[in-house]
Amino acid sequence: MFEWFTRVSAWLIPAIIVFIPLYAAFRKVPVYETFVEGAKDGFGTAINIIPSLVGMMVAISMFRASGAMDLMLGAVRPLFDWLSIPTEVLPLGILRPLTGAGSLAFTADLIATHGPDSMIGRIASTIQGSTDTTLYVLTVYFGAIGIRKTKYALKVGLFSDLVGFLAAIMICMYIFK
Amino acid sequence: MVNWIWLFFIVVSVVVAAVNGRIDAVTQAAFDGAKSGVTISFGLISIMVFWLGMMRIAEDAGVLKKMAKLLSPVVRWLFPDVPANHPAMGYIMSNLSANLFGLGNAATPMGIKAMQELQKLNPDQETATPAMCTLLALNTSSITLVPTTLIAIRMNYGSANPAEIVGTTLAATFVATGAAILADRWYRRRSGPPPANKQYTSDKTSGKALPAHTAMDPPISAVSTVKGGGDRV
Repeated sequence: MFEWFTRVSAWLIPAIIVFIPLYAAFRKVPVYETFVEGAKDGFGTAINIIPSLVGMMVAISMFRASGAMDLMLGAVRPLFDWLSIPTEVLPLGILRPLTGAGSLAFTADLIATHGPDSMIGRIASTIQGSTDTTLYVLTVYFGAIGIRKTKYALKVGLFSDLVGFLAAIMICMYIFK
Repeated sequence: MVNWIWLFFIVVSVVVAAVNGRIDAVTQAAFDGAKSGVTISFGLISIMVFWLGMMRIAEDAGVLKKMAKLLSPVVRWLFPDVPANHPAMGYIMSNLSANLFGLGNAATPMGIKAMQELQKLNPDQETATPAMCTLLALNTSSITLVPTTLIAIRMNYGSANPAEIVGTTLAATFVATGAAILADRWYRRRSGPPPANKQYTSDKTSGKALPAHTAMDPPISAVSTVKGGGDRV
C-alpha cells in the first residue's frame, strides 16, 4: 500500500509532463509555442490571488500571534490527543468548506509553522488539495441561475467535506507514520 | 459568510491580545501576514505558469475532449434524468474533466453553462433539480489529479519532496467524491421521483455530436466574473 502511494506520487507528474507534449506532437500541435501561449495565463492567475490571500493571511497570522488560536484549540486538545490526531488541523477542517482563500492561508500558515514535511504539514496539504470550497461552489453555481431552494445540495457538500477531512487525516497518518 | 469569518478572526485576535498583553505581537503579525500573502502568491507564479502552459498543450491536442468522452458513461450513470443528447451533458463532461486537471478557472464557466442548460429542463425555476444537486456535489468534492497550488507552497517552504502528497491527496479526493456520490444518491432516492423534465425536443440530427467540442473552445483564461470569485483559490 505504502509502496503504491509513493509510486503514484513520484510518477504521476512526470507521466503527465511527458505524455501531453508527446501526444500533442503526434496530433501536430506546435508544442512549445502552445506551451508559451498558455503559460501566459499562469502569471495572472497567481497574481490575482494576492488580495484575498493577503487579507486572510493577516487575519490568521493575528489570530495565532494573539494566543486566540491556542485558547480555542486548548478546549479540544485532550480529545484529539487521545485520538492521536494533531489538534492544529482542526480549524482547517472547519475553514475548508467555507472559504478557499482562508483555508489556503491557514494551510500555508501551518506549513510555515510546522514545516512542509511534518505530519501536520502533510495532513494540511492533503486536506487543502482534496476538496473544493463548498460554500463558494454553491453560491456561484446556483447564484448564476437564480436557484433559491437548494434542497439537499449543501448537506451533501458538507458531508463529503467531513469525509474528505477524516480520510485525509487517516490516510496521511497511515502512509507517513 | 466569508465576511463574518474574517471579522471574527480580526476582532477576536485584538481582544485576546489585549487581555494577554500581546498587542505589539499582533501588530507585527498583521504585517508579517500581509507579507507572506504576497510571498506565497509570488511563489505560485512558477508552477501556475508551467502548469497552465502544459494544460494549453493538452487542450489544443484534444486531451481534455478525450477525457470528457471517457467520462461519458459515468456521467450518464450519474445523471439518469438528463436526456443523453442534451447540451447539458457536454458541459458537464467538460466541467468534470477541467476539474480533473486542476483547471478551476476553466471548470467554473463550464459548470455554470451546464447549470444553465439544466435550468432549461427545470419545471420550477427556483428549486434545484436532482441533476443540479449531483453536479454541485461533484464540484464541491472535485477530483483533482495534481494539486498544483499545494505543491508550489510546499516547494516554497523548502519541502524535501513537494509532490509526496499527490498520492494521499488523490486517495482522499476519491473517498470524498465517493461519499458525495453516495450521499447524493441516498437523498435522490429519499426525495422520490424527480420532477418531470420540461418539454425537451431532442434534435435527432446532432445525436452523436455532443457539444463537448465547442464547450472546450473558450481558453483557460476565460476566468468567470461571477460575484464571490475572489474566494476561489
